[in-house]
Amino acid sequence: MFPFSFEWVWDMDHMVFHGGLWYALSIIGLGVTYCIIKAALDTLKGNGAQHL
Amino acid sequence: MDSALIPQGVKRCPTWQFLLWLGIVGVVLLWGVYAMVLCWIKGLNQTNMNDAYGFALWIWADLAVIALGGGAFFTGFLRYLVGKDELKNIINYAVLIGFICYSSALLLLAIDVGQPLRSWHIFWHANIHSMLTEVAFCLSCYFMVLTIEYVPLILENRQLDKIPFFHHLGHNMHEIMAIFAATGAFLSFFHQGSLGGVAGVLFGRPFAYREGFLVWPWTFFLFTWSAAACGPCFTLLVTKITETITKKKLVKPNVVDLLGKISGWMLGTYIVAKIIDTWYWALVTVPSKGFTLTDFYSNNALYGIWILVMEILICGVAPAIILIIGPLRRNSALFMTAIILAVIGVCINRWVMVLQVMAMPVLTFENWVLYYPSWQEVATTVLPVVYGIILIMISYRYLPVFPQEQELNPVEK
Repeated sequence: MFPFSFEWVWDMDHMVFHGGLWYALSIIGLGVTYCIIKAALDTLKGNGAQHL
Repeated sequence: MDSALIPQGVKRCPTWQFLLWLGIVGVVLLWGVYAMVLCWIKGLNQTNMNDAYGFALWIWADLAVIALGGGAFFTGFLRYLVGKDELKNIINYAVLIGFICYSSALLLLAIDVGQPLRSWHIFWHANIHSMLTEVAFCLSCYFMVLTIEYVPLILENRQLDKIPFFHHLGHNMHEIMAIFAATGAFLSFFHQGSLGGVAGVLFGRPFAYREGFLVWPWTFFLFTWSAAACGPCFTLLVTKITETITKKKLVKPNVVDLLGKISGWMLGTYIVAKIIDTWYWALVTVPSKGFTLTDFYSNNALYGIWILVMEILICGVAPAIILIIGPLRRNSALFMTAIILAVIGVCINRWVMVLQVMAMPVLTFENWVLYYPSWQEVATTVLPVVYGIILIMISYRYLPVFPQEQELNPVEK
């Protein structure tokens, strides 16, 4: 549910619940995007890398 | 035939033997899939659920696999956030087991909701006062985290690793894994807890109801605590079973000992909290609702006081003592006994909090209602188990799941 959905109410419950969800999804999304973009750049540069 | 896919420096069984076992387990999988399709096509009338049992075998299995999959978040927390570096040798397997457990939980929920095509409603039309909404949010997000933790292991496959993009992707994911592990620990804390909270807030059912802290009943904290304690025990148990089947040592004893010791302390502190909770509930909460403790454990064919003794003393106190005391923990027979008891204990706890809660009469004119699952429910509950076995078989064969395997089992050239 987003703030522009008709069911949305600007109260603490909605903000905490959905804020937590978006926070987690943002970290996951940004983390994966960073890995994919960096992997593409590393591949184009032809860098070698060792697994940790 | 598939030797190019098998990790270098390790030995695997012949392909025919692998395929034979895969086929045998696959037959059981098909049985489960058939029951699942029946439930989806014909509906929940295929189950023995009724007005008394809206939550039944599937929800117990759900709660049990989520608790047992807790090894992934807690081992990840110890490895990446606390800095227990030795655990890097078992973290891959913990993640794989967690991935299996959480995907199984989602599969069971997909069958249980009756209309899986409407699963998105819980996100879009969320009831923000429901603990189960929070569970759905955290469960879905944590499954994404587990997938992210499992993907680098898949990319380490010998052939995939030769592709530069995959090689770099796996490396980059490893580099920021601590962020994902922290997110996973945050999500796990809340969904494990909320699963306990669901039972604890049932003020109309004194058997489950608990007082608590702010909006969280004590069962919220006890569920998270027990998952952190018993999840790693399940990881260790599956590791030991894998070692027995493969006839190999896959993880060094110091790693097993460390995880066992941490689990022991977690289990020990959990069981003390559980005893205090049970004591207060029996002496204060239950009488205040007009019941006595014996009301919950008599006049029925299944639930006697034995189940409380089994959960707390035999499957709680005993394994905690064994895992905490060094000489007892280092005795392999006692260690196996302890981790098996801990796993059984957490499964009993979830059974009690789901099914005994439903069975117990609440009103004076009600009787105990015992429930027997239909074969479709049993088959769909067995389904995740065989799915897990298959995923472990494939992962173990083609991926470097155990970093110490090569060193512990040198291959003669």
